[in-house]
Amino acid sequence: MLSEKVKKEIEGSLKKYPTPRSAVMDALRVAQEERGHLTGEEMREIAGILGMEPVRVQAMGGFYSMYNVEKPVGRNHVQICRNISCSLLGAEHLISHMEKLLDIKTGETTGDKKFTLSTVECLGSCGTAPMMQVNDDYHENLTEEKIEKILKGCK
Amino acid sequence: MDKILLCNIDKPDSHLIDTYIKGGGYKSLKKALKMKPENIVQTVKDSGLRGRGGAGFPAGLKWSFIPKDPTLRKYLCCNADEGEPGTFKDRAIIDKDPHLLLEGMIITSHAIGAADAYIYIRGEFAFGAKRLDEAITEAYEKGFLGKDILGSGFSLDIYVHRGFGAYICGEETALIESIEGFRGQPRKKPPFPALAGLYAKPTVINNVETLACVPAIIERGVEWFKSMGPEKSPGPKIFGVSGHVKKPGLYELPMGTPLREIVYEHAGGIKDDRKLKAVIPGGVSAPMLTEKDLDTPMDFDSLAAKKSMLGSGAVIVMDETTCMVKVSYIISRFFSHESCGKCTPCREGMHWTTNVLKRLEEGDGRPGDVELLESLCTNIFGRTFCPLGDGAVMALRGAMSNFKEEFDYHEKHKKCQVS
Ligand code: FES
Repeated sequence: MLSEKVKKEIEGSLKKYPTPRSAVMDALRVAQEERGHLTGEEMREIAGILGMEPVRVQAMGGFYSMYNVEKPVGRNHVQICRNISCSLLGAEHLISHMEKLLDIKTGETTGDKKFTLSTVECLGSCGTAPMMQVNDDYHENLTEEKIEKILKGCK
Repeated sequence: MDKILLCNIDKPDSHLIDTYIKGGGYKSLKKALKMKPENIVQTVKDSGLRGRGGAGFPAGLKWSFIPKDPTLRKYLCCNADEGEPGTFKDRAIIDKDPHLLLEGMIITSHAIGAADAYIYIRGEFAFGAKRLDEAITEAYEKGFLGKDILGSGFSLDIYVHRGFGAYICGEETALIESIEGFRGQPRKKPPFPALAGLYAKPTVINNVETLACVPAIIERGVEWFKSMGPEKSPGPKIFGVSGHVKKPGLYELPMGTPLREIVYEHAGGIKDDRKLKAVIPGGVSAPMLTEKDLDTPMDFDSLAAKKSMLGSGAVIVMDETTCMVKVSYIISRFFSHESCGKCTPCREGMHWTTNVLKRLEEGDGRPGDVELLESLCTNIFGRTFCPLGDGAVMALRGAMSNFKEEFDYHEKHKKCQVS
């Protein structure tokens, strides 16, 4: 179920566009922000608000890679870049190091739901590679020590 | 050279409107509001400003395609979907100098007669999206946005539209689809966006850096802009240097600065004093260059003459320890991941090249793999719906033509020659 807060934010988004359908990306994002992922029920509700067919909303959720559809993520979503500039400066090594630290493989979530580890392809931070994003925050010029400190600081 | 695009980013509180105004910001807007829209378009045309998003299309010319009919609704979209690996220039402007972008957008909207503008920002830039929202609020408070801007009779609203993880939305028709609430898949052209773009209305789409050039052109004039760089692609350019260099980062330099100067003077040369092996001059779609091409001026035409591209001006430097099969695998993996799925040659072809490159790289190559890659390139290039497939093939071909022996070695010996 969408919370009142989410519904209100969707209302706000509707004002930005001449057609309600355009607000679908914002709607999915604000819904996801609450729990870290989207459920089928939430997507049907969004479809109802925007006057769209539910399947169209689901298609959006499937197309854009940042929507986590029916795919719960941990409280801290750690996304480490493995594209070219980060890779040239040792991203693969840092990814294995992180897998060891968290004792999970890339794509998995720790048992206590504290961390999900994903790899991504370039987050636009190539000049300060290697880098990763934890939830909305960027962490750059990573080293093993730096990563350990960042993970320790996560709630 | 005076910095224009990056002149504010190191100031404390560079993102606040007061800082921006204190540095002379929004003066150009006042000047532009007193100009006739067609004169602004002409000025930008005369300046020779070419789009900084990759294609290098003349910005003023693009604006001049917008129908003059005042009863037609028109849109401006700022392409802030920066996603080409190696590229990190627009984020600096968005995060640290959002008002420079807004001022450029307000002037551009006035020039083309748009009453609504959208900033399409990639989803990962959550911080930047917040910064833009705050900057927009500040601009409304000062009367630079909204109804009857500074008493000029011109009104404009700017909105932030957040993408959510799809590189292809940087392609202008896919960007439009995405704002309209569809999957970001490119549309057939024509009609071009200038005639039927967002909501089927005339639309201009410009990159962040392009729009950020506009205030300075209005303020300092055409001659000043043309005094920098080659005649056919003048002006300042942000080069983002990454990879194996001592000082990676953003460098604002005149268009046409030689690649050697960028790598060895500005970026401090190769890390750990190793030897340079190859440089990608403009984001991963741009075919790589080697030592012999280092004196190439970094502008649209000079790089095209070398069969590469200026693209976004993202310079990725690789030293002698770099395996080109691995680099090609990473690039190919990216494009196959980002293929929107609309056309078969790209959707299936990129997946296939990625698999072949992966097994070559992992020492599992099969006899004939290198030949197979070449034939895949031939069958993808020129046959895809949008330029994504072409970009991917050009990158792979660039690596294979410069470093063919490395691919052959991987195939034959099932291991890497360099690392
Ligand atoms: S390659 Fe990692 S942020 Fe661009």
